[in-house]
Amino acid sequence: MRLWRWVLALAALLAHRRSSGSGGGPHDGRIVPEATPSPRAEVVVAILLLIAAAFAAGFVAAYGLLGAQRLPNELLGVCLGLSLLFVAAAFVVVAKRLVVTEELEEEYPVEHPEEQEAVARIVRESGSGFTRRRMLVGAGGLAAGALGLAAITPAVSLGPIWDTGPLDESPWRRGRRLVDENDKPMLASDIEPDTFYTAFPEGADKEFIGSSVVVVRLSPSSLRLPPGRRGWAPYGIVAYSKICTHAGCAIALYRKPLFPQVEPRPELVCPCHYSTFDPATGAAVTYGPAGRPLPQLPLMVDAAGYLRAAGNFSERVGPGWWNVRRPPTFVRTPS
Amino acid sequence: MTDPLQDPVRFIDQRTAAAPLLRKGLRYLFPDHWSFLLGEVALYCFIVLIGTGVYLALFFDPSTAHTVYHGPYTELRGRDMSAAYKSVLDISFSYKAGLLIRQTHHWAADVFVAAMVIHLMRVFFTGAFRRPRELTWMIGLILLFTSLLEGYLGYSMVDDLLSGMGLAIGYGVGLSLPVVGGPAMLWLFGAPFPGKGIFWSRMYIAHVFLIPILLATLITVHVALVALRHHTQFRESRRHTNRRLIGVPMFPGQAPRSLALMFGVFGILFLLGGLIQINPIWQWGPFEPYYATNGAQPDWYLGWLIGALRLMPNFDVTIGHFTLIPNPFWGGVAFPLVVLGVLLAFPWVERKLTRDRSAHNLADRPRDAPNRTAFGVAFLSWVFIIFSFGAADRILVLWGIGYNTQLYVFRVCMWVVPAILFLVVRRLCRELQHADRIEGIREQAEEEAEREREALAMGSGP
Repeated sequence: MRLWRWVLALAALLAHRRSSGSGGGPHDGRIVPEATPSPRAEVVVAILLLIAAAFAAGFVAAYGLLGAQRLPNELLGVCLGLSLLFVAAAFVVVAKRLVVTEELEEEYPVEHPEEQEAVARIVRESGSGFTRRRMLVGAGGLAAGALGLAAITPAVSLGPIWDTGPLDESPWRRGRRLVDENDKPMLASDIEPDTFYTAFPEGADKEFIGSSVVVVRLSPSSLRLPPGRRGWAPYGIVAYSKICTHAGCAIALYRKPLFPQVEPRPELVCPCHYSTFDPATGAAVTYGPAGRPLPQLPLMVDAAGYLRAAGNFSERVGPGWWNVRRPPTFVRTPS
Repeated sequence: MTDPLQDPVRFIDQRTAAAPLLRKGLRYLFPDHWSFLLGEVALYCFIVLIGTGVYLALFFDPSTAHTVYHGPYTELRGRDMSAAYKSVLDISFSYKAGLLIRQTHHWAADVFVAAMVIHLMRVFFTGAFRRPRELTWMIGLILLFTSLLEGYLGYSMVDDLLSGMGLAIGYGVGLSLPVVGGPAMLWLFGAPFPGKGIFWSRMYIAHVFLIPILLATLITVHVALVALRHHTQFRESRRHTNRRLIGVPMFPGQAPRSLALMFGVFGILFLLGGLIQINPIWQWGPFEPYYATNGAQPDWYLGWLIGALRLMPNFDVTIGHFTLIPNPFWGGVAFPLVVLGVLLAFPWVERKLTRDRSAHNLADRPRDAPNRTAFGVAFLSWVFIIFSFGAADRILVLWGIGYNTQLYVFRVCMWVVPAILFLVVRRLCRELQHADRIEGIREQAEEEAEREREALAMGSGP
């Protein structure tokens, strides 16, 4: 019953706006000056709203009548979008033709010096019973601080906040075989020169950041590996962590020189920020923002011809953090 | 006889005593200038984001549990993927209107940030941030930067290849924070990247609850501050002064205009969502940490960070073998903080430099403050040039300029172009001011001549 009265009131509000055309001039005690009636504009508004309704109904109909695979996204978007745009057009006509655009003046708000003073005084005078303020402020601050600390303490459980050990971990160690994405062990003889391979430690979680390596074959005479890496590249096959040392994307591009005069060497490239690494020189950075080379995985070839790691990475993998330049720690199943 | 208007008003006033407030609200004045509507556009985008976002949340599964796709998109059938990615494929292909809602959500996010950035430029170049509106300005900036994080989380949750690459970069940037980076990222992700599955729940609650609540609160405060202080206005006539605001009342003048704008924004966003493809996640495929693709672009509003990360020369700050600050810190943390810091501090710095401590309700035209305008253009161009290098692969494809050449050109341009622009724009503003003065003198002289002519005509008349 009450609801009905509200609906009536709303209808009357609309009716009232439409019939507000009759009556005297601007100085007859009105608040809002009279708008010039425009029956044609009202018809236009009604037509625009009807078109909006038709498009909205079209949306519902398309949704109901067509199956999920035969329902074009474009049809739905056009129905809903145009319906909304026709409502917008109706409001434009209302704004331009059916309501007055008054130009009124008003003072900008100013400061209230008395109120400011009163507020300060209320607070000050309310504290007249307190004589040992610093003691109370100190105790209150301590209580608030301790309670605040207690409130956020459970969030410590989110992750290993004190132990950064997991960042140092790598599943590689001497003897672990290299497998491809389908867990097939890789033969040294499978590695062709002009392409690159992604390999994982046999049996390890491939998604772990220390797992994936890129494997490429270079001519052994072109290798200029850093000192101490003699024998890390059997038959010129080198392996590096596939995770960029800049920001952690995968080194997904291998640039073989199509134009030797421009790019004389094959290079590994990260597509995110174009950090470029030279696989022949221990993945030294030749371009882009990476601050350190890709960690190298020493390789060896077993009696059956399979590629195996000859040890762990030369350095910790992934994007850098505080004191990252240290050898990684081996874990069988990374945490 | 009951009055259908007065009765409900009486009902409300009797229960809330709010009639004076209602009356004031209905007659709240808006200055009549199109550029004051940019903030409104952002607000209406936010409404669309909430609406479409609620719908998407009913179907999205924030889980990294492995599942195999058997849906209607044939290219990915039989592929192992996360439940999160599969649920977004289902939204796109299996639920009617799901793709429309998803694309509209994405478009609304892009337009939301764009409207905020343009709004920010309007406020900057007209000096509308000055006293007494510094707080509105600062809250607006925090809104903008929070929205960037919100958008980033939104497309990171999908777990397609692009999301994963973006998330990896976010992890790398977080890790580069001196001292706290490693522990903080382990804490947040639960384990080294890609982290524990539970991290998806954390992104999800942040994206659909924590940050939207924060945004809504900031928007409320921002709009409330605007309403309490009123808009600035331009000096369009002699009647527009620092003391008196001239404008159109909310009701009836402004309401239908704002509603038209609102429905217009809604309509255009749904047309975009229906007609123009955005982030076709099925083409990227599921993410694995050992996958990446060339030609990947984030949403436009993160381009400046990609550009900054790419432009940095390749060094880590180290002492011997001890790494202090890894490289991504500069582009990913320092650069945006500098931009935010400069903008936050600008009202106070300008006040100090110009010694102008008075309250301003009259907005400047850009030429009225040559130094501010010149600095703004230079600063904007600095950010824009860095942004442009985020599109280096597009530049390569479009004009065939190699990365190496681009890198060196951009590294020089990002310092030289803003400096030149500063001088040029400041000169331009001063010339325009000069022209204004000449124009003023001319108008005055013409007025005087007109008066004299009239006087002569009167004197010589019958």
